[in-house]
Amino acid sequence: MAMAALRREGRRFAPLISPRPITAVRSSPLYPTLEDEGPLGLRHISTQVVRNRMKSVKNIQKITKAMKMVAASKLRAIQTKTENSRGLWQPFTALLGDLPSADVKKNVVVTISSDKGLCGGINSTSVKISKGLHKLNSATGPEKETKYVILGEKAKAQLVRDSKKDIELIITELQKNPLNYTQVSVLADEILKNVEYDALRIVFNKFQSVVSFVPTVSTVLSPEIVEREAESGGKLGDLDSYEVEGGETKGEILQNLAEFQFSCTMFNAVLENACSEQGARMSAMDSSSRNAGDMLDRLTLTYNRTRQASITTELIEIISGASALEG
Amino acid sequence: MLGRASMLLPCRSILPARARPFSTDLPAAPSADATFTEAWTKVIPNMDPPKTPLSFMQPRPPTPSSIPSKLTVNFVLPYASELATKEVDMVIVPATTGQMGVLPGHVATIAELKPGVLSVHEGSEMTKYFVSSGFVFIHANSFADIIAVEAVPLDRLDVNLVQKGLAEFTSKLSSATTDLEKAEAQIGIDVHSALNSALTG
Repeated sequence: MAMAALRREGRRFAPLISPRPITAVRSSPLYPTLEDEGPLGLRHISTQVVRNRMKSVKNIQKITKAMKMVAASKLRAIQTKTENSRGLWQPFTALLGDLPSADVKKNVVVTISSDKGLCGGINSTSVKISKGLHKLNSATGPEKETKYVILGEKAKAQLVRDSKKDIELIITELQKNPLNYTQVSVLADEILKNVEYDALRIVFNKFQSVVSFVPTVSTVLSPEIVEREAESGGKLGDLDSYEVEGGETKGEILQNLAEFQFSCTMFNAVLENACSEQGARMSAMDSSSRNAGDMLDRLTLTYNRTRQASITTELIEIISGASALEG
Repeated sequence: MLGRASMLLPCRSILPARARPFSTDLPAAPSADATFTEAWTKVIPNMDPPKTPLSFMQPRPPTPSSIPSKLTVNFVLPYASELATKEVDMVIVPATTGQMGVLPGHVATIAELKPGVLSVHEGSEMTKYFVSSGFVFIHANSFADIIAVEAVPLDRLDVNLVQKGLAEFTSKLSSATTDLEKAEAQIGIDVHSALNSALTG
């Protein structure tokens, strides 16, 4: 009798009721299911928590997708500029060579970083390299000093923590206006005026492709060091063979040359770093939206499971109640 | 938090794929880098040393024994490379000591530029640019690197604006009080008179 009633009710809800005994709903530790009392003493398992979480994850996915598109368009704009500026530093390296291992007393490390976050690990890499250079220089002798000039909020936050006394200059909000040479040359002028240096090492991330950013250090030597290296021979040995036209003294021209070299390498470095920042942000936001999508799938499954389990529980209660009345 | 390290990076690139050179085609890293990398690995063993500009540059050819027939010119600006390894017959650059003609086999020189006209002679054609200032490096292997801050072809200059600018800066010089203002006004006058003579001469 009871079985007939059960079967009758069962046919109506055929897709939902399984012939196997229903196990109790397994409440997952992350999403505590809420049971609340209905009007007839029926217990409903609430899916509210899961639903809220799904809504917020979906919003996060939309936001990160939008941020990726914005970064992609900014990257497109700045990439042409960067590639055009790549020819700028090459003549200087062709003339003066590249001597990162030159032995100098006063090192200045110019760290270029971004102002905004959510761009992956590029800022941490730059800071690590800067600290590495500091260590390298101090390892060569006791009278060597290394100072920092910081461009960008992110490097400032990291370096202020343990190297506060070594920081000479902090410059932020570089990208408020689109980057151009005039702005960078004014910046370079400021740095050269306020900081005493024998060698300037610019640390930045060179943009090789949308997914590859190479940490690079460009060295600009002061004219006195250039003279010293030229006299001692080696890489700059044939610098003396160059005739210097114009100006009263050779030293004056070399001074202008060093300043021009610094502003040109800075311009290229700042552009490359900006490109790397946008590229890194693109990949960070892309993996973030992918993660959000996966999370949403998993939440949907949990939601459906919870929903179906609660429906089944309700049905069993109704049916067992009905069969108890008849039986 | 889900414990899944998402290492998937976008495979589709927004920009067209650039042909990367094979490692055998790239020049060997020169020795200055070796001392740096050695010193770095000794002090900081667990981080890769950063790259230096030399690894991103094509090496220049050595000085040939006979004078080559053409001069190879690189003319770069912050915003563009106007000429990149272009073979020309002669360039005339406005150095601070006056117009300097550069032919293949010129002695190695470093010269500062003043505002003036740069002309590139290739066969029978001649291209003229007005450059603001910069540097020119002439290497012994008949390579010339001209680096300028601004350069415009002469037909883009407006005579009226040049005259106006010249008048403006002359009046600024007469009313200048501090050394800085005087210097700025003088620079303005120099540039505008050079522009003037470029357009008229």
